[in-house]
Amino acid sequence: MNADAIGRAVARMAREIVERAGRGAADLAVVGIRRGGVHLAERLRAEIARATGTRPPLGTLDIALYRDDLAERGRVPVVGPTDIPFPVQGRTIVLVDDVLYTGRTVRAALDELVDFGRPRRVWLAVLVDRGGRELPIAADFAGASVPASDGEDVLVRLTEGGAAEDVVVVMRRGS
Amino acid sequence: MSDTLFIEGGRVIDPASGLDGVRTVIVRDGRIAEVAERVERPREARALDARGKWVTPGFIDLHAHLREPGQEYKETVASGARAAVAGGFTAVCAMPNTVPPNDNTTVTELVLARAAAAGLARVYPVGCISRGQKGEDLAEYGELKAAGCVALSDDGKPVMSPALMRRALEYARAFGLPLAVHEEELHLAGAWSMNEGPVATRLGLKGTPAQAEEVMVLRDLALVELTGGRLHLQHLSTSGSVRALREARKRGLPVTAEATPHHLTLTDEEVARSGYDTDFKMNPPLRGEADVRALRQGLADGTIDCIATDHAPHAVEEKKLEFDAALNGILGLETAFAACLAMVREGALSEQRLVEALTAAPARIFGLPGGSLARGAPADVAVLDPALEWTCDTAALHSRSRNTPWKGRRLIGRCTHTLVGGRLVHQQGGGR
Amino acid sequence: MIGRHRHCIALEDYSREEILEVLDLALSMKEVLRRPLKKVPTLRGKSVVNLFFESSTRTRSSFEIAAKVLSADALNWTSTGSSVSKGETLLDTAKNLEAMRPDVIVVRHAASGAPAFLARHVRCSVVSAGDGAHEHPSQGLLDCFTIRERLGSLGGRTVTIVGDISHSRVARSDLHAMGKLGASVRVCGPPTMIPQGIDRLGATVFHDLESAVAGADAVVMLRIQHERIGDPLIPGTREYSRYWGLDVNKASEWLKPECLILHPGPINRGVELSSDVADGPHSVILDQVENGVAVRMAILYLLAGAGATAAGAPPEKATA
Repeated sequence: MNADAIGRAVARMAREIVERAGRGAADLAVVGIRRGGVHLAERLRAEIARATGTRPPLGTLDIALYRDDLAERGRVPVVGPTDIPFPVQGRTIVLVDDVLYTGRTVRAALDELVDFGRPRRVWLAVLVDRGGRELPIAADFAGASVPASDGEDVLVRLTEGGAAEDVVVVMRRGS
Repeated sequence: MSDTLFIEGGRVIDPASGLDGVRTVIVRDGRIAEVAERVERPREARALDARGKWVTPGFIDLHAHLREPGQEYKETVASGARAAVAGGFTAVCAMPNTVPPNDNTTVTELVLARAAAAGLARVYPVGCISRGQKGEDLAEYGELKAAGCVALSDDGKPVMSPALMRRALEYARAFGLPLAVHEEELHLAGAWSMNEGPVATRLGLKGTPAQAEEVMVLRDLALVELTGGRLHLQHLSTSGSVRALREARKRGLPVTAEATPHHLTLTDEEVARSGYDTDFKMNPPLRGEADVRALRQGLADGTIDCIATDHAPHAVEEKKLEFDAALNGILGLETAFAACLAMVREGALSEQRLVEALTAAPARIFGLPGGSLARGAPADVAVLDPALEWTCDTAALHSRSRNTPWKGRRLIGRCTHTLVGGRLVHQQGGGR
Repeated sequence: MIGRHRHCIALEDYSREEILEVLDLALSMKEVLRRPLKKVPTLRGKSVVNLFFESSTRTRSSFEIAAKVLSADALNWTSTGSSVSKGETLLDTAKNLEAMRPDVIVVRHAASGAPAFLARHVRCSVVSAGDGAHEHPSQGLLDCFTIRERLGSLGGRTVTIVGDISHSRVARSDLHAMGKLGASVRVCGPPTMIPQGIDRLGATVFHDLESAVAGADAVVMLRIQHERIGDPLIPGTREYSRYWGLDVNKASEWLKPECLILHPGPINRGVELSSDVADGPHSVILDQVENGVAVRMAILYLLAGAGATAAGAPPEKATA
């Protein structure tokens, strides 16, 4: 996926989100999953603001403390900042990540999110769905479907993160 | 039929006779028959090949704790005597802080009897300065001497009362007994577990200042001046003490002194480096670099007369504790030679002076027989390999206890044969 | 700390980077403490045992809360009086405890070196909650965290520690950590309370309080023990508080307006700190308490977060 495609995908997802929210668009909140979902969440939020005229609140979730694979690791993962500066109760939370793969990250994010309060509902928005689910998790909104095998990595590089231009790349792991 | 042994090819170092050279030592009927340069060995005589090794008088330790009677779980006279000969020591002076303490004939005779039964190193009992080592009344020095004590000490503790110390010095003169003293001003020392200094500060351990020793040394030197008694300063550990002693010598005071292998080679930094290992905890504690340098200088120039181990066995339950709670004391008999040889390798001490400090000097200080390979002397001989590398394996130690700071270390220099009265009482296999 | 250290016993052993790592992590942990639901599942199934040989409600509770917020099981094993007087050695107590397979033992002991001793004999991680006069690593870290939180960083700052430095493990831990983070540290107290060689650890020694706190960005006031037996270092608390205690007048005349006042607690009100200073605008003492939980959460996470529980199979490489 190139920069154009990414831009169009984000705009489209924002429109779909607003449409599905209908009159509940006022209760929308966007939460990006660190680290890949953070900038996408910002973009999505900006697009939603453009579409509705109001900016939904923005949050960030770091899932390190909720991971299910700590027991297999030799070292603990670095914990980044989590910031949910709005009450979660009753809101429609749009959880945002760059790539949806096994679904474990989203599972952790959901567990963490509900510890902040009881949302009305949670929608999952991802830029890329690469398949390979290990848990029953599905994206409500997806930018594109980019199937990849186990030996490959799907990476989203955005200009906010220092890339020259937005791009989605698929590469052999370890290369 | 005479039982003759030829110790051949070794470098004989006998400072008492001023000898240092390759010789054959001939032992006959338990005595030194001759130390000769070139001699034919008759076929019926046994031979001990000492090529590449040193042959010296058996070492004499003026300071060891054999723990019997009363604390046989740590050491006994027999196990201590075994450890001694393994280290090249043919004579050991047994400190009186036993349970009960050696302030009477009975304990003295017990120690002598155990030593005789063991038939290994000679054991010379040391009696108490004060009754029960309580620091209050004089013990019966005449009785102790008659029973076989060669010196007096309240070691483990200082004699805190200057008045008592004065009387002890005076009274002991009547019997020609030297007072071997543990110098520590207890109030100044406080409740300590190591040397006061930057290392103690870093480790958060209570320290005792060097001056707690020095203050008592100065006090007792003044008392010797007053009384003319014979004083022997035990386990000197500080530069201040060496300085005070050197100055007193210049004034001709009859004071002698010893230093231990650990104080001569280890500093308080070891406590930090080892992570609070209690095998580096003893009294007096390991001190700083400057103190070690001063002790070495003192030993080399004769201010410090001799080396003594202060062999202090303790059981595992008494050492394997948090640092503050562990008892003071470490083993010394089996590692003394290797530890001190390091000083020679570093150029701080000559080989002859090392041997003298372990043989002629201690003999002279307590007036003990031995310490030389003179013709007719009892054949107390040590054969040492100064190049033998070995690892100090605590399981292989002859002592009943295991508390040595040299555990697991690769050491250089070891006693391979020890004779007491001409009998081979110790033989060490090859290096490990 | 990540990877290299299996225990948290002395800040002297940690590099600047390792200390910063803990402090950064503590920030995230503090956020968890501010949530409506103060619990994360991270250390679920892990057990933390508080082995306290010295009584201490605050530090013990702080570790207990830290463990519980992380969903670990927390157990308190208090043993007042020395283990030796009870007949059971420190080693035996630890071995018995270890047989119950804890993941972390948090130990406070009156003997310096006790946690290091324990660490040599148990397989789990050991955290020191204070050993004798040696170190109190979590206190040193939370003091750094508190100062950093208010002032941005410790680099180039001046911190003065006032009190019985010779007996203070907090002073030593503060000195090590703050020095590594670039602060210049002063110690101040009567000469009897300043230990030999403290300058070698990087501290500048002062005996006069006014000059010691002049220009300081933070002042750490230590508790003066009344309970000294045998070797009194000061004639009494009256003279101590007059010359080395902080009251509202000295605070307003001698301290920079933005200067922070810290105290590890419990405070001897009227001795080292007057009430109005302890509760006044300079004081961040209550922040220290909150930050203490966050820092201890960070420590527990780093030591016990990864790998299977001690009850299960040990991880391949038993680090972290």
